[in-house]
Amino acid sequence: MPTATDTIEALAERDYEYGFVTDVEQDTAPPGLSEEIIAFISAKKNEPQWLLDWRLAAYRGWLKMAEPTWANVRYEPIDYQSICYYAAPKSDDDRPKSLDEIDPEILATYEKLGIPLKEQEMLAGVAVDAVFDSVSVATTFREKLAELGVIFCSFSEAVQDHPELVRKYLGTVVPRRDNFFAALNSAVFSDGSFVYIPKGVRCPMELSTYFRINAMNTGQFERTLIIAEEGSYVSYLEGCTAPMRDENQLHAAVVELIAHEDAQIKYSTVQNWYPGDKEGVGGIYNFVTKRGLCEGRRSKISWTQVETGSAVTWKYPSCILRGDDSVGEFYSVALSNNRQQADTGTKMVHVGKRTSSTIISKGISAGEGQNTYRGSVRILRSAEDARNFSQCDSMLIGDRCGAHTFPYIDVANPSAQMEHEASTSKIGEDQIFYCNQRGIDTEDAVSMIVNGFCKEVFRELPMEFAVEAQKLLEVSLEGSVG
Amino acid sequence: MLRVRDLHARVEQQEILKGVDLEVKAGEVHAVMGPNGSGKSTLAQVLAGKEDYEVTAGSLELEGEDLQEMAPEERAHAGLFLAFQYPVEIPGVGNSYFLKAAVNANRKARGESELDAMDFLKLLRERATLVDVDEALLRRPVNDGFSGGEKKRNEILQMAVLEPRLAVLDETDSGLDIDALKTVAAGVNALRAENRAFVVITHYQRLLNYIVPDHVHVLLDGRIVRSGGSELAHELEEKGYAGFDGARAGA
Ligand SMILES: Nc1ncnc2c1ncn2[C@@H]1O[C@H](COP(=O)(O)OP(=O)(O)OP(=O)(O)O)[C@@H](O)[C@H]1O
Ligand SMILES: [Mg+2]
Repeated sequence: MPTATDTIEALAERDYEYGFVTDVEQDTAPPGLSEEIIAFISAKKNEPQWLLDWRLAAYRGWLKMAEPTWANVRYEPIDYQSICYYAAPKSDDDRPKSLDEIDPEILATYEKLGIPLKEQEMLAGVAVDAVFDSVSVATTFREKLAELGVIFCSFSEAVQDHPELVRKYLGTVVPRRDNFFAALNSAVFSDGSFVYIPKGVRCPMELSTYFRINAMNTGQFERTLIIAEEGSYVSYLEGCTAPMRDENQLHAAVVELIAHEDAQIKYSTVQNWYPGDKEGVGGIYNFVTKRGLCEGRRSKISWTQVETGSAVTWKYPSCILRGDDSVGEFYSVALSNNRQQADTGTKMVHVGKRTSSTIISKGISAGEGQNTYRGSVRILRSAEDARNFSQCDSMLIGDRCGAHTFPYIDVANPSAQMEHEASTSKIGEDQIFYCNQRGIDTEDAVSMIVNGFCKEVFRELPMEFAVEAQKLLEVSLEGSVG
Repeated sequence: MLRVRDLHARVEQQEILKGVDLEVKAGEVHAVMGPNGSGKSTLAQVLAGKEDYEVTAGSLELEGEDLQEMAPEERAHAGLFLAFQYPVEIPGVGNSYFLKAAVNANRKARGESELDAMDFLKLLRERATLVDVDEALLRRPVNDGFSGGEKKRNEILQMAVLEPRLAVLDETDSGLDIDALKTVAAGVNALRAENRAFVVITHYQRLLNYIVPDHVHVLLDGRIVRSGGSELAHELEEKGYAGFDGARAGA
């Protein structure tokens, strides 16, 4: 009679579903990082002088910085001189006006990923800005958005078409020397998304971007900037998956959000980059700086993330609650299976009066995965009557994995109300047996129990995304435990 | 339907069942009674295939099939249902979602078509009315935060929806108020059928006033020491287990 453990182990034999490489000719910079390379990137993108200067200043800062070592992750040293910092599909100039003009091979790739653009387009009002390698090659629904004054385009386009907005906001939330990886990104960022929601506009559709790392040996340095003017609302979705690779790929993205008075930004991520094989070979290094500024009164920023991919994850979507009565939220599911390592969490910095923040973190460790929650809540002296609620739950599947929790709390104003809950549980043999007794096999039981564990986070995701996230979790869990 | 022969089972090196014989025919209701720790739940868990319990000797057959060759979910597919003495909580998983997954897993395994949402809901509503389970409980996570009595009732609801061939009820009456006890009994009685059998584990004769058993067995220290008709339950109620102690009177 097979035991629960046997069944789960048998599932480990499955291969990474989305492992394949598309062959598109790349227009690639030689490996290495220097002021020349940065000038090359900037020239390729036809950027104004101020932006080149900005990049160079970041680069000079980066040269003096050391790679952080405090995270609870271990990986081979990265040789920054062996990485290519620029790659773009060849037909850069004549950008496609519709899906028909897109390289069929790229479309086929999306098809394999189960995200055919054509369907996406029709899906309940989702506008898709697909980033293939470093340059956006498809943007839809843009006209409809333009009628409302909403700008949704690639970062490079924004630099050309809305330089004043980019210049005003770039680096205001994540300074270009904020940390080692943010500085690197600031120097060499390739592309990403730009969103601007004008005053009083409620963006009528979820804005969505699918990122994909594809070119050999090419680091991805996404740069995303979202600005929500007074009283506006936007929900932004980011999802990604990547092809099978042998060497580790570095990904160092920066996302900046700015919410003005009464504005709301909801930022949801489903991250499924190649995690490496069972022995921990290959896989993406995902070193991301995401930060939102609640600039205006009663503004609100909400981060929701489902992190199932990458070999190493280092990511702390944060909120700076500057406006009085502003609200920050962080909902996270992070799964580490096989040799995956995730050190993730959030930072909530309370500056304004009556600011409040909520943190719900669900960490799942399976195989030999190591999952660390690292969260910091700071209540500054100015933050009269601030409140925080944190809940960090960990679930262990099997006994070779690990869960770690590092909550840092720093309260400089005694009026603060802080609530912290934490739990660690092993997935119950009793729960699995109970499901088995009702006729449900162990594989389905495990994904059901884990999905139940993550419920509070999933319900924060937009509907279609929640379904996708659940499916992703199931796929990622195949191959748990020993 | 069920044939248990000379069953020996142990948990953590300790022998709990020391030779149990039990034969249950289709359409019958058997009651198993016995003092705390005598091995009643162990018997139920062994039937359902819980990993921790090791069968060291004897045989278990359901409709002529060797249960020991079957995984727990296969036993369920074959029509075995266990109402747990301590139902398990599954936070975040909706009760009706769980039941639908269970129903369809069983249907699939039996080569039947899966029920769609509408058909399932109809079935669920009907059975919920039968065992008087509140709609609100259907929407809540499985057993999570349920009162003791609600959990027991939920087990009976699951049984009513899954329509097993053999249902083993492990102290489903414990913790029920008198009205709930009557509803649960009524539910069981409504499900009594020619091709279905029940093994009811209980401490109290009271339940057996409502679910009248065809046979009563006394389990003592891992053995069935006496079997009889429903009058045996009354005798136990009066005299307790003292008379059976060691002497294995009338076995
Ligand atoms: N997992 C286990 N580990 C150790 N001992 C166990 C385990 N399960 C059962 N036992 C022991 O086996 C014996 C029989 O337990 P069982 O639960 O079958 O009794 P029971 O007849 O159902 O009792 P009750 O009427 O109290 O429910 C007890 O002594 C119990 O402590
Ligand atoms: Mg018991």
